Amino acid sequence: MILTALDYRPGIIVLLPLIASCLIYVLGEHILPNYREAITFAAAFPMAALVYSMIPAALAGKEIGFTLLEIVKGVPLQFSVDAAGMIFACVASTLWIVTSCYSIGYMRGHGEKNQTGYYSAFAMCLTATMGLCFSANLLTFFIFFEVLTVATYPLVVHYRDEEGTRSGRKYLAYTLISGQLFFAGIVILYSFTGRMDFVPGGFVNTGDIPMPWMLAVFILMIGAGIVKAGVMPLHSWLPAAMVAPTPVSALLHAVAVVKAGAFCTLRVVLYVFGPEAARFCHGSEILAWMAVATILISSLIAIRKDNLKARLAFSTVGQLSYIILGIAILSPFAATGALYHIVAHAFMKITLFMCAGAIFVTTHRKNISEMIGIGRQMPVTMTCFTLASLAVAGFPFFVGFTSKANIIMGAISMGQPFFVATLIVSALLALTYLMPVVLLAFKRDFYNSQFPVKKEANLPMLIPIMITAACSLILGVMPNFGLHLYGLAAMAGNAIFGLSL
Amino acid sequence: MMTQIETILAGKGIYFLTLLLLTLGLYGIIVSRNYMKKLICMNIMQVAVIFFFLCFAQKNSGTIPVAMKHIVHAVEYINPLPHGLMLTAIVVSLGTTGVGLALLTRIKEKYGSIEEKDIIEGEKQFR
Amino acid sequence: MKNLPAYIVLLPLCSALLSLALSKIHKHLGRDVVFGALVGSLVLSVVQLVRVIQNGPIHYIFGGYKIPYGIEFSVDTINAVIVIMVCMLGVLSCMFAFNFDKNGDALQVGGAYTMHALLVLGMVGMTMTGDVFNLYVFLEITSLTAYCLIAMGGSRGIVSAFRYLLVGTVAATFYLLGVGILYSVTGTLNMSDMAACLKQGNNDSAMLMAMMFLISAFGIKMALFPFHGWQPSAYTHAHTGARPLIAGAMGKIPAYAMFRYLYCIYGKDFKYFRYVLLIIGVISVCGMIYGSVRAMAQKDIRKVLAYSSVAQIGYISLGFAIGSPLALAGAFLHMLGHAFMKGGLFFAAGAISWKYGTFDLNDFGRIYKRMPFTAGLLTVGALSMIGIPPTVGFFSKWYLACGAAQTHEYVYIFVLVLSSLLNAVYFFKVIEKVFVQADKNRKPLHPEGKGVTEAPITIMIPVVTCILMILLLGVFNVKVIDILLISLKGVAL
Repeated sequence: MILTALDYRPGIIVLLPLIASCLIYVLGEHILPNYREAITFAAAFPMAALVYSMIPAALAGKEIGFTLLEIVKGVPLQFSVDAAGMIFACVASTLWIVTSCYSIGYMRGHGEKNQTGYYSAFAMCLTATMGLCFSANLLTFFIFFEVLTVATYPLVVHYRDEEGTRSGRKYLAYTLISGQLFFAGIVILYSFTGRMDFVPGGFVNTGDIPMPWMLAVFILMIGAGIVKAGVMPLHSWLPAAMVAPTPVSALLHAVAVVKAGAFCTLRVVLYVFGPEAARFCHGSEILAWMAVATILISSLIAIRKDNLKARLAFSTVGQLSYIILGIAILSPFAATGALYHIVAHAFMKITLFMCAGAIFVTTHRKNISEMIGIGRQMPVTMTCFTLASLAVAGFPFFVGFTSKANIIMGAISMGQPFFVATLIVSALLALTYLMPVVLLAFKRDFYNSQFPVKKEANLPMLIPIMITAACSLILGVMPNFGLHLYGLAAMAGNAIFGLSL
Repeated sequence: MMTQIETILAGKGIYFLTLLLLTLGLYGIIVSRNYMKKLICMNIMQVAVIFFFLCFAQKNSGTIPVAMKHIVHAVEYINPLPHGLMLTAIVVSLGTTGVGLALLTRIKEKYGSIEEKDIIEGEKQFR
Repeated sequence: MKNLPAYIVLLPLCSALLSLALSKIHKHLGRDVVFGALVGSLVLSVVQLVRVIQNGPIHYIFGGYKIPYGIEFSVDTINAVIVIMVCMLGVLSCMFAFNFDKNGDALQVGGAYTMHALLVLGMVGMTMTGDVFNLYVFLEITSLTAYCLIAMGGSRGIVSAFRYLLVGTVAATFYLLGVGILYSVTGTLNMSDMAACLKQGNNDSAMLMAMMFLISAFGIKMALFPFHGWQPSAYTHAHTGARPLIAGAMGKIPAYAMFRYLYCIYGKDFKYFRYVLLIIGVISVCGMIYGSVRAMAQKDIRKVLAYSSVAQIGYISLGFAIGSPLALAGAFLHMLGHAFMKGGLFFAAGAISWKYGTFDLNDFGRIYKRMPFTAGLLTVGALSMIGIPPTVGFFSKWYLACGAAQTHEYVYIFVLVLSSLLNAVYFFKVIEKVFVQADKNRKPLHPEGKGVTEAPITIMIPVVTCILMILLLGVFNVKVIDILLISLKGVAL
C-alpha cells in the first residue's frame, strides 16, 4: 500500500455535515427556518471548498489521509483520498449545495411539513456519502454504507402516509438484506485473506479462496452495491421510493444513494477483487449481463410510464447500469468511462429531476400527458430539460457522450460487440422516452389553452436547474473543466489496471 | 444374579430413590393444577437434592465430625462439608418457600383462588 | 484498599439492611442510602478494574482460610468489567426508580430499594466469586430479590413472579445437583482447584452429566431458548422501576457463570467439549430465530423487548459455542452492549409510560414530536439491536462472525445475518410507530405544556447514559476487547 501523508481534511469533511445534521435536529424546531437553512449552507460551502482543495494532491497521485483509531481488532478506521473517491466526493459536495438551494425553493413553495427532519437526514446522508468516498478499507466503507441506508429511510417516508410507509419498508427490506449479506461477505473475505484495505487493482489473488466460495463471496459483496444501484431484478425499491419529495428523489438518484451503490460495486470489483480475480471467478461476466439486461429492459419500461418522475426513475435504473457495465467490462477505458459516468449522470439526472419538481410545484402536474404545451409557461425550465435529455441520450458535446464513448471504447477493446450494440441501442431508447416529453412541452397547438401565462418556478429552484444544465453542457465540451474530473477518472482507470499515464 | 442386584442396591440404591424423588417433584410441578401443590412439589425436589448430598457424604465406619481424642485420622470421620452446605441449602429453600407462600396469599387475595384455570381466567382482566 | 472486592459487595448489603429501617424515619432516606451505596460500589468497581489491569487478577480470600477450604473472590479483567456493568445499571435504574415510588407507603418504598440493592449485590457476588457453592448462594439472593421485584409489578406481576419462582427453584436445584456431582468427583468447591482436579481425573461421563444439569440450570436463569418460558411475562410485569435492571443485567450473570464452567472449570481438554458446544450452539441458533419471530407478533413494547432478549441472549451463548478468542470477546462485548441496549430501551419505554401510562406500540404514534430525545434514543437503541454501525451491536456481531469464520463455522455467520434481519423487522416497526404512524390521542398522566415536554431529569439521565454507552462501547470497542482478551487468551480454544 502506498504510504499516506497525514492530512485531516477527509475527516473534517465527514464531520462537517454530521455536526450540521445534529444541530439541525436539536435546534431545528426552535429557530427560524432561515437560520436552520443557514446551518446547511454553513456546512456545505466549507465542505465543498475542502474537497476542491484536495484535487491538486489527488491529481499529483499523492495519497493523503489519516487513521482515526482502531475500529475493530486489527482494522483501523482509516480515511484516504484517491482519484476515484475524489470524483464521487466532488460530485456529491457540489450537488449538495445545489440541492439544498433547490430544496429551500421546493419545500417552501410546496409548504411541506417535517422540514427539520428532512434537512437533518439530508445532512446525515451527506456524512455517509463523504465517508464512503474517503474510506480506505472495507470496514470503514461498510460502516458508512449502513449509515447511509438508515439515514435515507426518513427521507423516503417523508410524507408519513400509507404509501410512504410501504415504500419505506420496501426500501429497508432491499437495502438491509443486501447490506447484511455484504457484511457476511466481508467477514468471510477477511477470514480468507486477512486484508481489508482498498488497493487499485484489488488484493484478492486467484488462489486465495477456493473457487465456488470465491464466486459466492463475490456475489455476496456486490449484492449490496447492485441493490442500491438498482440493477434488475433488484431495482423495485427505486421506483417505489418516488413517493418522496422531488429533492429527495434528486438526492437518491443523482447525488448519494444509487451512486453509493455504483461506487460500492466499483470498490468491490476493482479495488478488492481486482480484474484478475473478478474474471477468474466469472463474477464480472454475471454482473455485465445483468447490467445489459437492465439497460434494455428499464428503457423499455420507461417508455410506458406516464408519470414523469417514474419515467425518470426507470431511466436512472438504466443509466446506473452503464456504470455497472463499465465496471464489469474490466478494461481501463471502461473503468474511466464508468467513473466519469458517475459525474455525467449526476448532472444530467439531477437537472431532469429538478425540472420535474419545478413543474410539479408550479403547476401541480405529475403526468406527462398533462404537460402538453408547458414550454410556453416555463421556457427556461423546459430548455434545461431538453439539454439534459440530449445529454442522457449521449449526444456529442454533452457530458453523457464522453462517458459513454469511453465505455464503448472499453467494450471494443475487450472484443464485446454485443455490449457496444446495447449501449448504442439504449441511447436511441433514451431518446425515445425523453424526447416525447420535450416535444409535447413545446407543442404549438396548445400554447394558449392550458398554460397561458409565462410563470417560472421560484428563483431558488430555477437557479440550480440552470447551473446543473450548464454544467452538463460545459463538461461535455471540456471534460476537464474546473475540477479536472475527467483527468481524475482516467487516473483511477489507469491505476486500477496498472498502466502509467 | 440376585446378589448382584443386592450389591448395587446396597451401594447405589439410595441414589435411585433420590432420583425418583427428584423426578416426582419435577413431575408434580409440571402436572399439578393447584399452585399450592406446585409449591409442595418444589419443596420435594429440593429435599431430594439435599438427600443426594447427604448420601454421598456418608461412608462406612466413619463417625460424626466432632474431634475426639482417640480418633486422629481424617478417614475415620465423615466429611462435614456436604452437611454444612445442606444447612445453607435448607435455609435457602426455607426462604424460597416463604416467598412462595407470601406470593400465594397475595394471589389468593387478588384472584380469589389458587387454581391455575381461575388464575389464567383472572389474568385477562389485568393488563 | 486491600479488601476492595469485599467492599463492593458489602456496601449494597449494608445499605439494603439499613434501607428498611431508615425508611421508617423518612420515606426517602432509605432510597438515598441505597443510591449512595450503589454509587460507591460503582466507583470501587472502576478502581478494581484499573488495579486488575495493572497488577493482574485479584484473589481475595474471606476470613483468612487457605484456598481450597475458604471462600475466594477471584477477579480477572472479564468479571471486573461485568461488575462495572452491573453496578452502573444498578445506579441508573435506582435513579430511574425514584419516579415510580410516589404512591407507596414507607415500608413499600424502603422494601423496594432493599430488594434493589440486594439484587445488585447478588449479581455482583455471582460474578466475582470463585467458589461454586458461594455462587449458588448469590444465585439464590439474586433470584429471591428478583421474585419480589417482579411481584411488585401489580396483579399480573405476582403470578409471573410465582411461576418464575417455581422455574427458578428448579434451576437452582439442578445447579445444586451439578455441583453435587462435581463435588463428589473432586472433593473441592473452589473453582480453580476443581479445574485442576478435573484435569487429573478421568471422570468424563460424570462431568458430562453435571454439565447437562448446569446447562439447563443456567439456561433457565438466562432464559436461553427452550428454557425461556418464564421470561417474557416476568419482564413484562415486573416493577417498572426495576425492569431495566432485571431485563438488562439479570440474564447476563448466569451466562457469565456458564462461561466460567465451560471454559475455566471444564476447559478444552474435556472429552465431550465439542459436543457440549454444539448443543449450546444449536439451542442458541434456535433461540435467536424463535425469539425474533415471537417478538414480531407482539403489540406491547415490553413483550417485544422481552422476546428480543430471548434472541439476544442467544448471541452471547453463540459466542460461547464458537469458542475462539474473538468470538468469546464478542460474546462479552455483546453482554455489555446488550445490557445497555436493553436497559436503555426499557428506560425509554419507561419514560413514555411515565408520561402517558401506556406500553402499547399503537399508542406511540409520532411520539417524537413530544419527546424528541426519548425517540432519538429509542432509535439508537433499536439500531444497535439490529447491528447497524457505529453502535456496539454491530461490533459484537462483527467479532462473533469473525470468530465463526476463524473456526470455519460459516452457518453461524448466516444465522447472525438472518437474526439481525429479523431484528430489523420488529425494531423498524417500533421506529416506524415512533416517527411515522399517525398521531394518537394520548392522555398525559402528568400536566404537560405545549411542544416538547420530556420526562423528568432522573429518567432522562439513565436514558442518555445508556445511549452514550452504546455509542462509546461501539466506537472504542477495541479498548474493551483488549481488556477482555487479557483474561480470555488463557482459556479460549
